[in-house]
Amino acid sequence: MSAAGVLGILIFLAVLFALAMPMGKYIHNVLENRVHWLRPLEDWILAIIGPAAKKEQTWRQYWRSFIVFNLICMLITYAVLRLDTYLPLSQGVGLGLSPQGPHLAFNTAASFTTNTNWQSYSGETLTYLAQLFLMVLQFITPAFGLVIAAVFIRGLVGRRDTLGNFYADLVRSLVYIFLPVASIGAVVLLALGLPDTFAGPAIVHTLQGAVQQIDRGPVAAFETIKQLGTNGGGFFNANAAHPFENPNPVSNMVLILLMSILSTSLVFTFGAYAKNRKQAIVLAGVTAVLYMAGTAVVYWALVNGNPLIHQALGLSPVSYEGLEVRNGLPGTALFVSTTTAYTTGAINAWHDSLPPLAGGIPLLFMMLNTVFGGKGAGLLNILMFALVTVFVAGLMVGRTPEFLGKRIERKEITLATVAMLIHPIIILAPTAFALVHKVGTSSILNPGFHGLSEVIYAFTSGAANNGSAFAGLSTNTPFYNVSIGLVMLVGRYLSMAAMVAMAGSLAAKRIVPASAGTLATDSWSFAWVYLFVTLIVGALTFFPALALGPIAEHLVMMGGAVK
Amino acid sequence: MISRGATKRSQRAATSQDLWRRALKDSFLKLDPRQMWHSPVMFVVEIGFVITALLTISPDMFGGSYPPSQRWYNLVVAIVLLLTNLFATFAEAWAEGRGRAQADSLRKTRTETPARLIDAQGKVLRTVSSTDLKKGDLVRVEAGELIPGDGEIVRGIGSVDESAITGESAPVIREAGGDFSSVVGGTRLLSDWLEVEISVNPGESFLDQMIKLVEGASRQKTPNEMALNVLLAGLTLIFLVVVMTLEPMSAYLKSPADLATLIALLVCLIPTTIGALLSAIGIAGMDRVLRFNIIAKSGKAVEAAGDVNTLLLDKTGTITVGNRMAEKLFAVGGHTAAEVRQAAYRASLADDTPEGKSIVAFAEKDGEPRASGTLLKDAEAVKFSAETRRSGLILASGEEYAKGAVDAISELVRKRGGQIPADLQSVTDEIARAGGTPLAVTHDATILGVVYLKDVVKPGIADRFAALRTMGIRTVMITGDNRLTAATIAKEAGVDDFIAEAKPEDKLIRIRAEQGDGKMVAMTGDGTNDAPALAQADVGLAMQSGTSAAKDAANMVDLDSDPTKLIELVGIGKQLLITRGTITTFSIANDVAKYFAILPAMFVGVVPQLQALNIMHLSTPHSAILSALIFNALIIPLLIPLAMRGAAWRPMSATAALMRNILLYGLGGIIVPFIGIKLIDLVITASGLAHI
Repeated sequence: MSAAGVLGILIFLAVLFALAMPMGKYIHNVLENRVHWLRPLEDWILAIIGPAAKKEQTWRQYWRSFIVFNLICMLITYAVLRLDTYLPLSQGVGLGLSPQGPHLAFNTAASFTTNTNWQSYSGETLTYLAQLFLMVLQFITPAFGLVIAAVFIRGLVGRRDTLGNFYADLVRSLVYIFLPVASIGAVVLLALGLPDTFAGPAIVHTLQGAVQQIDRGPVAAFETIKQLGTNGGGFFNANAAHPFENPNPVSNMVLILLMSILSTSLVFTFGAYAKNRKQAIVLAGVTAVLYMAGTAVVYWALVNGNPLIHQALGLSPVSYEGLEVRNGLPGTALFVSTTTAYTTGAINAWHDSLPPLAGGIPLLFMMLNTVFGGKGAGLLNILMFALVTVFVAGLMVGRTPEFLGKRIERKEITLATVAMLIHPIIILAPTAFALVHKVGTSSILNPGFHGLSEVIYAFTSGAANNGSAFAGLSTNTPFYNVSIGLVMLVGRYLSMAAMVAMAGSLAAKRIVPASAGTLATDSWSFAWVYLFVTLIVGALTFFPALALGPIAEHLVMMGGAVK
Repeated sequence: MISRGATKRSQRAATSQDLWRRALKDSFLKLDPRQMWHSPVMFVVEIGFVITALLTISPDMFGGSYPPSQRWYNLVVAIVLLLTNLFATFAEAWAEGRGRAQADSLRKTRTETPARLIDAQGKVLRTVSSTDLKKGDLVRVEAGELIPGDGEIVRGIGSVDESAITGESAPVIREAGGDFSSVVGGTRLLSDWLEVEISVNPGESFLDQMIKLVEGASRQKTPNEMALNVLLAGLTLIFLVVVMTLEPMSAYLKSPADLATLIALLVCLIPTTIGALLSAIGIAGMDRVLRFNIIAKSGKAVEAAGDVNTLLLDKTGTITVGNRMAEKLFAVGGHTAAEVRQAAYRASLADDTPEGKSIVAFAEKDGEPRASGTLLKDAEAVKFSAETRRSGLILASGEEYAKGAVDAISELVRKRGGQIPADLQSVTDEIARAGGTPLAVTHDATILGVVYLKDVVKPGIADRFAALRTMGIRTVMITGDNRLTAATIAKEAGVDDFIAEAKPEDKLIRIRAEQGDGKMVAMTGDGTNDAPALAQADVGLAMQSGTSAAKDAANMVDLDSDPTKLIELVGIGKQLLITRGTITTFSIANDVAKYFAILPAMFVGVVPQLQALNIMHLSTPHSAILSALIFNALIIPLLIPLAMRGAAWRPMSATAALMRNILLYGLGGIIVPFIGIKLIDLVITASGLAHI
């Protein structure tokens, strides 16, 4: 690990926080209807929606609008994927175009509506229309997560009957957050050399006289929203390792920043809502500690690589397999941890080829699902664990636990427990099934511990709505398409439903004024308890799986045996 | 002076031998799955025991093939699981036994007595057993008899020995009407006779309600306890999924784990420590309240006591020592000291309140001649009332001597056409500034002077209020005194706020206002006019000596009638929550060490390198698993004393309490099992059991 590398990562973190703090306040203003610099556009869209966008909604009404809208998105996507070659814009980046089969289309539709962007297909097989459609989804699905987080925050911080309007929230966050930030990002990426065209593949004649087809398309625009919206589905199958998606170290850092900016900002949005900046700093700070610790482990594992190679061949042990050299080790380590911490799922290196511990961190981050996480969904998880922490810690100070003055009682704990339970169950149960049944095992390309890591990675990626793949597992089978599709849907909507219901319950509660006897949740002592609870509950749940996967693999490798 | 007579008696009555025998018997009876079901965590352990017991009989019952030695291993696992369950049921039975012993000693006071049932005219109808009395029945009690049930005196006056309930040996006067009209079953009437209207149906008395709170089976869980139970059930479910999915994973790696080991891992991971002790902690909390001679009508009220933000405290008896004493007499308007003394003396002769008596005593000591019988002949006493706020005496001659609140007397004098002396205000203010209560003394329409009644703040009360403040609890003093007096005493006692010249309804208004701000309020009260406020307060502590209206409205009754106990009650409520929180944290933190013991042991066969995770260097896989399981079981009885006693508690800020408890129980919870498991492993290895 070089000093320059470590310094670079720390500078990135400083830049991220420096941007996220004002951005968080800005998002708060947008959500509270105080930002109007694109009024004509905003009014035009709201006018199309009509009166539905004007009425304040209770948590039930909000949730109904949300879920119906999501369902419609998913159904349309499914139809487009099944029929794309018969529809306009039917040419594509590649030449092997064909409509998707039912289970693959279900998987893809579920994947893109849940902001997972898991791809069981390679991007080149889609028509421009399908790609554009998926791009629209990549634009709006992160906003879905963001507005649900807004609902929860509103319920938590105030005493009110209604929690906002889904359509108005959605439109405003698209117009004032995603559109401007994506535009800036796209321009920057264009300047950094990403192509952006509808001209179809370029046909070039090489110096040797051969003819080569180079796939291209509206990459810069696609890339920006893919990262910004923590979508991660690549324009090309090689994703951000492809030189058109990520040409140089600068674009690499810009991509990482785009992935992390909004979810980090949302923590400060929460702070602005709670009128408690320190609360946001404490939660973001302790999360950043986890984020950086994971990044350090990946970096360390890359640098130290595989000692066997060093012993046997006398070569540098540094692990370059599956890496793009131009991104460098720190650039790769930070990308690997960021794409899983923020559940983006883009990759700039082949996670399957990473040294075991470096591959274990992405897995751990997705299992925790609280290291900033996806748009809104990550903040919901952070607050869910904060709530459980408040409950346990609150009892330890001898009062009925309160979070921001709201008493955490049986109903809240029940809903938080439901939200907390879903994640491990939908990861472990299908993994266990896949490992013993032929439909699952037949797709495993690498036997042993690595095969176990591959399967658990696939379901974890789906459950966390991450979408990155460990590869090494052929997932375009009916079993994996359907099971991972279901895992993505349950992982997103069931936990969100529990949190929105909790918001409804919290919103009706009186705010208990804070006193010296109240547990201060904006203190660093609380932060450590939060970390303790997250790690014990979140990580210990997966400890056996991790021990049998990456940890066993690492120990075997270090022990010098090749299996 | 409060004696804890009742407590001592109970300890003698229920010898510890009885307690042990009953608890041991109950701990087996409580294994009944229908009862076990209420604690999901322990129910899972019980199922684990049944399965491992079956595996002991036939190791391959659920598939697989095992060497003969597996049977012994399964047996040991089954035994440890049974012990885990028994420790849990014993903890609950033990807590119940202690609570029951406490309640029994109170219940002894309500042994069956004959009751003389009468009709509304006082005619004796027949004699029935006290246990058959229903609400609304009228009974007559003669001197020397036990009062057959809780009720309200409708006729008569008498002195009652209430020591069986309160431990206070001095008899108290009880009479019909007013604030001293309620009697408690089991107390003894010492003089005269009483006619009492029974106010509760059999089985519904406060004591009956309290007894239910310390009996596990019928006990209503408190709100926080229910929430914690949900969280524990959730954690149990998570670990159930973890262990159930571990089996296919290990099968995939061609190292199938045996069922007994998986069950052992599951039981180690689920929060058995808190699951086993949760019920006992709740019962012991109620028992602590009862030992404190307070009857709580629900567990919820005790929990609420820990949440209180504001305490409304009556000045007299709570903040100041008992009653105000006459300290000095001031003459006003040019009258002589002797005139004032005589008027104050005469105005107080018929006043048997402690203040009145103190004025009489002060005047006599000061040289006032004893009043002759002729003076008092046909004199009429004017009783104090909340409306007139004065009391006095009207002689047969028609002369009236009165004393009372300065504004009340001033108004009276003005109405009668008298003059208000110019120096009255300055004297009044001077007394008020000194923290005293001024009582104006008048003879007909002339104000002669002012009595200075001195309030004595209880020693140490300021420190207790400061301690409450560190916990974020505000104290509000309620007093009928004027603002100046109230401010002085408030300052001396260190209360945060006060309500001066308070009328009974002010308490209710204040409680509603505080609750409107989201605060929880506790108060004490004894009078009938306190009842609405007691009912409104989140914690209403009525005095046993108070009226039954007050006792009915409150959610707790203090048998010692000592309002300062409200402060300790807050501590008991907090301690209950803290005990649950700390044992939960300890229980969850234990999982770290257990993983490090069991996981390498399970998979070291297929991945020898996993030995690196065996950081405790446990001797064999079986020994590692059994050590973790035995530690998991043994920690339960080791923590029973903590559950009974409650986690150590003293007033401190929330942040300080969190840091202290997280270090003690969180960090301790991670470290202790590493040591404990290693020690048990050493014992197992030394005894040669490591290779079963």
